[in-house]
Amino acid sequence: MLKFVLKGILRDRSRSLFPIIVVSLIVALVIFNRGFLVGTMNGMFRDTAVISSGHVKIMTHAYQEESQLLPNDLALMNVDEIVEILHVVYPDYFWSPKISFAGLLDLPDEHGETKSQGPVMVYGIDFLSSESRQFELWELEKRIVSGQMIQNPNDALVGAKLAEKLGLSLGDRVTYIGTTMNNAFATFNFTVVGTFNLGMGPLDKQMMLVDIEGARVALDMEDAASEILGFKHDLYYDDDASVMMRNQFNATHLDTTDIFRSSMIALRDANQMGTMIDLVDWSVFIILGIFLLIAMIVLWNMGIMSGLRRYGEMGIRLAMGETKGQVYRSLILESVIIGTIGTIIGTLIGLPLTYYVQEVGIDYSAAFENLNTTTMIMSTVFYTQVTPDLYYIGIIPGVLATVFGTMLAGRAIYKREMAQLFKELET
Amino acid sequence: MSNNSVVNITNLLKQFPVGGDYFTALSDINLNLENAEFMGLVGPSGSGKTTLLNIIGGLDSPTKGNVNVLGMELGSSSHNERANLRKTKMGFIFQSYNLLPVYTVFENVELPLILNKVETQERNRLVTQAVDWVGLSDKIDSRPAQLSGGECQRTAIARAIVHKPTLILADEPTANLDAENSHHIMNIMVRLNKELDTSFIFATHDEKIMAYLRRIIHLEDGQIVKDEHFDNPKSGKN
Ligand SMILES: Nc1ncnc2c1ncn2[C@@H]1O[C@H](COP(=O)(O)OP(=O)(O)O)[C@@H](O)[C@H]1O
Ligand SMILES: [Mg+2]
Repeated sequence: MLKFVLKGILRDRSRSLFPIIVVSLIVALVIFNRGFLVGTMNGMFRDTAVISSGHVKIMTHAYQEESQLLPNDLALMNVDEIVEILHVVYPDYFWSPKISFAGLLDLPDEHGETKSQGPVMVYGIDFLSSESRQFELWELEKRIVSGQMIQNPNDALVGAKLAEKLGLSLGDRVTYIGTTMNNAFATFNFTVVGTFNLGMGPLDKQMMLVDIEGARVALDMEDAASEILGFKHDLYYDDDASVMMRNQFNATHLDTTDIFRSSMIALRDANQMGTMIDLVDWSVFIILGIFLLIAMIVLWNMGIMSGLRRYGEMGIRLAMGETKGQVYRSLILESVIIGTIGTIIGTLIGLPLTYYVQEVGIDYSAAFENLNTTTMIMSTVFYTQVTPDLYYIGIIPGVLATVFGTMLAGRAIYKREMAQLFKELET
Repeated sequence: MSNNSVVNITNLLKQFPVGGDYFTALSDINLNLENAEFMGLVGPSGSGKTTLLNIIGGLDSPTKGNVNVLGMELGSSSHNERANLRKTKMGFIFQSYNLLPVYTVFENVELPLILNKVETQERNRLVTQAVDWVGLSDKIDSRPAQLSGGECQRTAIARAIVHKPTLILADEPTANLDAENSHHIMNIMVRLNKELDTSFIFATHDEKIMAYLRRIIHLEDGQIVKDEHFDNPKSGKN
């Protein structure tokens, strides 16, 4: 009987080709969608972690309260010692201090007169210490568009768009003008050694990266840091672990009278990230649910249509002594076969496509060009991500929806009087 | 009811619900059919021929009365038991040939044997034999679309006889055929009846078929109005 059913499917295009195309498309879409969502979200988490929040980060309670203002007068002190302790207590993580500050960037001419000037946002990152992984984290290998990496504490990498705006060239001396940690007037000369493009509009327009030692000298912040960022060694954000660590850490720093007590936040606590993280967790169900529904409706209708066409066949098979149950089961068997073939084809289309976009990415920078106002740190190049579940996720819409759709359509066999099936084929 | 009885019907009533009311399609039907009969239900369109045939075939159920077919009391049997009876002992031929379009002549004829779980070798033998009976050996690998109307109906006959049923029900089998093809298939069925003692019930208003019958039951408005037996030179003695 299986052979008989298979022959029928193979020969009857309307029974096989169209349903298989529909199933394949839906399966491919589900896979790509899931890969796209996970990819963009993980990309966003990675960027947010690197640029702003780490997987977890520590600052003083007072700094945290006003962190929007970059209040370096409330910075962490004795940073070397804290980092050393953190490495011991949380060996799964590595810890890196960071100073964030803002001010004016001034390009003087040969007489010391201002040639151009603009606001700047500077990150002092630990690039130069021997164990630092920040070069890797920032992916500077591919993001430096001209010049070279920071070699000395007073070297600076400038955002390509900012460099363009101020007319900076490699080798230029630029002066940072701002305030020290103690709110005194500060000027400090950096040498532009390279420009970078993070692919994140607003940041590229006003950002400068320097080594944390340079920043410490400029702001008079010896052994201090705005924040200490912690990253899991494998660089994958583990939400549960981070939240647990944050709770545990904060529980041991409860002295509410000390506004300088250390306070930890997790990536999920950074701007709107929690919602995003939950969304990723739910996304698989949402995507699958929606597509499952669509697939079922399409296939149900298709089942009804082909069922109508095939009442004659069902009637004749009943007349030949098949029971309604047998006819119904052979329809289900057909749908399992079609669903399986469609799932395999859809997966063979969806996976390579997802893999391709994982490697190459889709560049949206043109579309985001004018979105300066966005506060979310978001790359303008989207990458999908191939996760293990993509290899089997297609079964749900592919096989289940096909079978459910057929089951719904096939109920007509039971609902109709048998003789009625013949009436319909007599005409 | 004799031991030779193939169909025995007493006091059959069949009503269809129409709106809130009932339409009586058959009433007071009493009928006994012996083995190897070659009988026709004859009457104008709407007289209840198809309904009676469907009830005998277990495809429709009586409203009242007893219907015994090949020793099975249909009223007290299950859906599966009736299906099994059709599968093993009955064959159906319809006005439209109802071949499965994606399968060849061979495969269409083979289906009842697959359902009866006949093994492959025996299947091949029986299919070849049945197709030979209806004179379609040279078309055995053709699809229905490549056949003429007469050839399609002959294929449907081969499918109805391949598992050597005891009773064949034929509803207007010649309605879509020209005279030559009609006589051709009637001759095939006469031969089957004579050589294998297969019983036949036709539902028809075709004069060409009537000329072959040895018994004619006249239906009018769902009732039997006449039951004629006669020797028929075209189909041998009764
Ligand atoms: N499912 C049904 N519902 C209502 N009326 C029906 C149904 N089937 C048959 N009938 C009616 O029963 C009568 C007999 O029909 P049928 O047995 O098909 O006649 P015949 O085959 O002699 O032309 C007709 O009047 C027909 O309209
Ligand atoms: Mg009829």
